[in-house]
Amino acid sequence: MSNDSQPATVVADPGTTRSFGGMTARSTEELNTARIECRNLDFFYGDNRALKSVNLRFPERQVTGMIGPSGCGKSTLLRVLNRMFSLYPGQRATGEVLMDGENIISDKVDLNFLRARIGMVFQKPTPFPMTIYENVAFGIKLHEKLSKRDMDERVEWSLRRAAIWDEAKDRLHTNAMGLSGGQQQRLCIARTIAVKPEVILFDEPTSALDPISTLKIEELIDELKRDFTIVIVTHNMQQAARCADQVAFFFLGEMIEVAPAADLFTRPKHPKTQEYITGRFS
Amino acid sequence: MGMRRGGVGVGIVMQQAASAAVLGSQGAGGRARRARKSTRLGDQIFEAIVTGAGLLVLSLLGGIIVLLFIGGWPAFREFGFDFFASTEWDSVREKFGAVISVYGTLVTSIMAIVFAVPVAFGVAYFLTELAPEWLKRPIGIAIELLAAVPSIIYGMWGLFVLAPVIATYVQPPIQDLTMDIPILQDLFGGPAFGIGIFTAALILAIMILPFIAATMRDVFMQVPAIYKESAYGLGATKWEVVRNVVIPYTSSSVVGGIMLGLGRALGETMAVTFVIGNANAISPSVFATGNTIASVIALEFPEALQGSLKLSSLLALGFILFVISFIVLAASRFMLRPRLAK
Amino acid sequence: MADAVPTATVPRPMRQANSALGRRRKRIDRVVSVFAYVSTAIGLFFLAWLLVTLFGRGFAAFNLSVFTLSTAPPGSNGGLLNAMVGTLIQTALGTAIGAPIGLLVGTYLAEYARNTWLGNVVRFVSDILLSAPSILIGLFVYQLIVINTGGFSGWAGVAALAIIVIPVVVRTTEDMLRLIPDTLREAAIGLGSPKWVMIRFVCYRAAMQGIITGVLLAIARIAGETAPLLFTSLGNLNWSTNLNEAMPSLPITIYQYAASPYDDWIALAWVGALIITIAVLALNILARYVIRTEPSKK
Repeated sequence: MSNDSQPATVVADPGTTRSFGGMTARSTEELNTARIECRNLDFFYGDNRALKSVNLRFPERQVTGMIGPSGCGKSTLLRVLNRMFSLYPGQRATGEVLMDGENIISDKVDLNFLRARIGMVFQKPTPFPMTIYENVAFGIKLHEKLSKRDMDERVEWSLRRAAIWDEAKDRLHTNAMGLSGGQQQRLCIARTIAVKPEVILFDEPTSALDPISTLKIEELIDELKRDFTIVIVTHNMQQAARCADQVAFFFLGEMIEVAPAADLFTRPKHPKTQEYITGRFS
Repeated sequence: MGMRRGGVGVGIVMQQAASAAVLGSQGAGGRARRARKSTRLGDQIFEAIVTGAGLLVLSLLGGIIVLLFIGGWPAFREFGFDFFASTEWDSVREKFGAVISVYGTLVTSIMAIVFAVPVAFGVAYFLTELAPEWLKRPIGIAIELLAAVPSIIYGMWGLFVLAPVIATYVQPPIQDLTMDIPILQDLFGGPAFGIGIFTAALILAIMILPFIAATMRDVFMQVPAIYKESAYGLGATKWEVVRNVVIPYTSSSVVGGIMLGLGRALGETMAVTFVIGNANAISPSVFATGNTIASVIALEFPEALQGSLKLSSLLALGFILFVISFIVLAASRFMLRPRLAK
Repeated sequence: MADAVPTATVPRPMRQANSALGRRRKRIDRVVSVFAYVSTAIGLFFLAWLLVTLFGRGFAAFNLSVFTLSTAPPGSNGGLLNAMVGTLIQTALGTAIGAPIGLLVGTYLAEYARNTWLGNVVRFVSDILLSAPSILIGLFVYQLIVINTGGFSGWAGVAALAIIVIPVVVRTTEDMLRLIPDTLREAAIGLGSPKWVMIRFVCYRAAMQGIITGVLLAIARIAGETAPLLFTSLGNLNWSTNLNEAMPSLPITIYQYAASPYDDWIALAWVGALIITIAVLALNILARYVIRTEPSKK
C-alpha cells in the first residue's frame, strides 16, 4: 500500500484539469457549477458584525481555500455553511447561502440532514471515546440502517478513502484514542466521508499535526476532491497553494478577493492581498 | 523532622532560583539569599503550623474510626458475629443486632439513587443543552439551594406535608392498581401510614438530587466544545451527542457524582428520622415502616445509658455506618479525581 | 494509487430530508428534551413546595415574642430566644475555631504539599470528612469530650460544629489558592519576601473573596446541623449561655418541638424552621454573590 503515500501533485494549478487514475477530465461547465453559493452573507456575534456582505461561490468538486489573518471571518464562514453557529444563542446569519436552490441559513432547514450533506473536519483530531470501528459507524448509523455486512463494507471503504485502513485494520475494535495524532485526524476524515456528504469543510485540519502527517492529509484532500466539494480554512499559505483550486482572501469580515490559486498568489489584484501574501502582516 | 526541614530549604531555594531567573537580575538573587537567613525561622514556624493542621485533619478521621470502634467494642465482643446477622433490637432483654437498620439504610439510599439519578440527569441536560443563557444561573442556583436546606427542615416537611400526601394520593392508587398482581401486591401492600421506607427514600432523593445534578452539569460542561461539534457536524441530535459523546467522556465522574449522592444518603439522619417510622422490622412492602442506622442512633440514643450495652451497640452501628460511608465516599473520590486534580 | 481505492464518483445513499429514520431520531430527541424540562420542573417544584409550606406555616404562627421570649412549657407563652442565642454562640465559636484550622490546612495543601504523598492523603481525608455523616462526628465528640468531661456541654457542640467547618474551608481555600498564578508567588519571593509573608500578604489577599465564600458556606452548613448536636450540646429548654453545660440550639429545639404532641410547640417549630431556612439560604446566596463579584481577571 506504499502507493498511498506517493506524493501527489502539490502545485495548485486550477487552470488545467488534472487526470488521476481513470478519472475523466472535467468539462468546463462542471468546473463552473457552484455547489454552494453565498450571496450578501452577513454574520453577527451579538452586535458584532463578523462577516460583511460576502459573495462567494464554491465550485463543485473543487477545493476552495480560505485564507486571511486571525479573526478575518474565514472560520466563521465555514461555521455558517453547516450551521454550526446555530448551536450558540446570539449568533445569526442573514443573506443567502444557496445549495440546490435552497437557502441553508433559513430556519426551515433540517439541520441534522444538512450536516449529513455537509461534513466537517476540525482543527484538532476529535476521535470519540469508542473503538475505531464505532467512530466510523457512528455517523452512518445516524442516517442509514445498514446490515452488519453493509456496515462493515462502508467502514472499510471509508477508512480506505481516508488512507488509514492499513494502519487501522488490525485494531478496528480497539479504542480510537490509541492512534497517533495524524492517524486520529485521518480517522476523523474517514468518519466524515463515511456519511457520504457532498461537501467537506476542513477547519485548519493540520494545525495540530507534524509535517509528515500534514503532508498525508494534504494528499488526501487532493484525492478526495474527485468526489467531494471541499472548503478548507488555513493559516498556511503554502498549504492553500498546494491544495486549493481557488483561494479566497478574507480581511476584517470582508471577502477581499477570490481567484484561482496560482493567480491569487502570483498576481493578486488587491493591495491588501498583496500585503498579506508577502507577509507584511498576519 | 530534619528531612522535612531540608525539603523546605530546597523548595525555597528552587523557588528563589526560578524567580531570580524570571527577574533576570543578580541583585534580586543576592537579596533573596540574604533575606533567607534572617527569615528562615519564620518560614519554619509557619510550615510547622500548617503541617500540624494537616496532621490534625488526619487525626480527626483516625479518631473517629478508633473511638467509634472502642465505643462499639463491648457490643461486638458480647454478640460477636451475631451482631451482623441478628434482626433483634430488644432493649429490655439487651439483645441487639444490626441487620434491620443496615438493610433499611441500604434500601432507602439505593431507592433514593434510583429516584434521583434520572431527574438529576434531566436537570443537567436542561442546564447544559437546553436552557437559554440567562436562565442557566438562576435555575442552577435554585436546584443547588435544595442542598442547602437543613435536613431537619426536610424531616418536618416530610412528616407534616409529604407523608399525608403519600398516604392519600400515592399509596392507595398504587395499591388499587397492583391488588391482584402476585409480587407487586406485596411490594406495595400494607396500611397507608404515609411514613415509611418509600417516603424516606423520596425525601433522600430530593436532598441528594442537587449534588448529583451539579456534578453532572459541571462535568458535562467540561467536555470540549470541539468534540460535541464533531458529533453535531455528522448530523447528530442533541440527545445523540450527549449519549454518544458527552456521557462516555464523563462516565467516571458521573458515577463519582452518583456515589457522592449515595454517600450523603447513607448517613442522612434528621430527614429520615422523622419519616421512617422507627420500626424494627423488614417488610416486603416499600411503604412499610423501618429503620436506618442513623435514625436508630438518633432515636435510641436518649434512652441509652452511659456504659450500657445499648449505647455500645449504637456506637457499633455508627462504626458500621462509617465503614459503609467511607467505602462509598472513597470510591466516589477516586472517580471524581481526574476532575479535582486538574 | 488508484487501484487501492474506488475511483468514480461516490454513489450517494438515498437520503431524504424527512425520512422515517430522521423523524424517529427527532422524536426521541424531543422526548428527551421534554423529560429534561419535566425533571427541572420537578426539582423546582419541590423547592417551591418546601418554601411555600415554610412561609405559610411559619408566618401563621409568627409574632415578635419569638425573638423576645425563651422556650416555655406547652400552653404557656414562649418564644425561641434562648435557642437562637444558643445557635448563634455555637455557630460563631464553631466557625471561629474551625475556619482558621481549615485555612491552614488549605494553605498546607496548596502551598506546601501540592504533589506530595502526605498532601494527597490529607486532601483525601478532608474530602471524606466533607461528606461523612455528621451524626458520626457527633458520636465522635460524645466519646471524646462528653464522656471525658462528665456531661453534655456547649463546648462539645462547638467542637462538633468546628470539625464540620474544617473540610468545607479546606476545599475552598485550596481551590482558591491554586487559582493564583505562580508568577505572582515568584514575584513576591523574588523581592526577597519569606514564603510565609508571601502567603500571608500576597496569596491570602488574592484569594480573599474565595476564602470568605468558603467560610460563609461553612456557616450556612453548621447553622442548621442537628444530628451532631444531639450527642454534644444536647439542647436545653432554659436560658443558658454557659458553654460548660447543655446548651439550647434552634435545630434541636425544632426537632423536639416538631416531634411533640402539642400544637403550640409544633407551630413554634415551623417558625423556627422558617427562620433557620431563611438564614441558611440567605448565607448561600450571599456566598455566591461574593464569588460572582470577584474580578475575573487579575
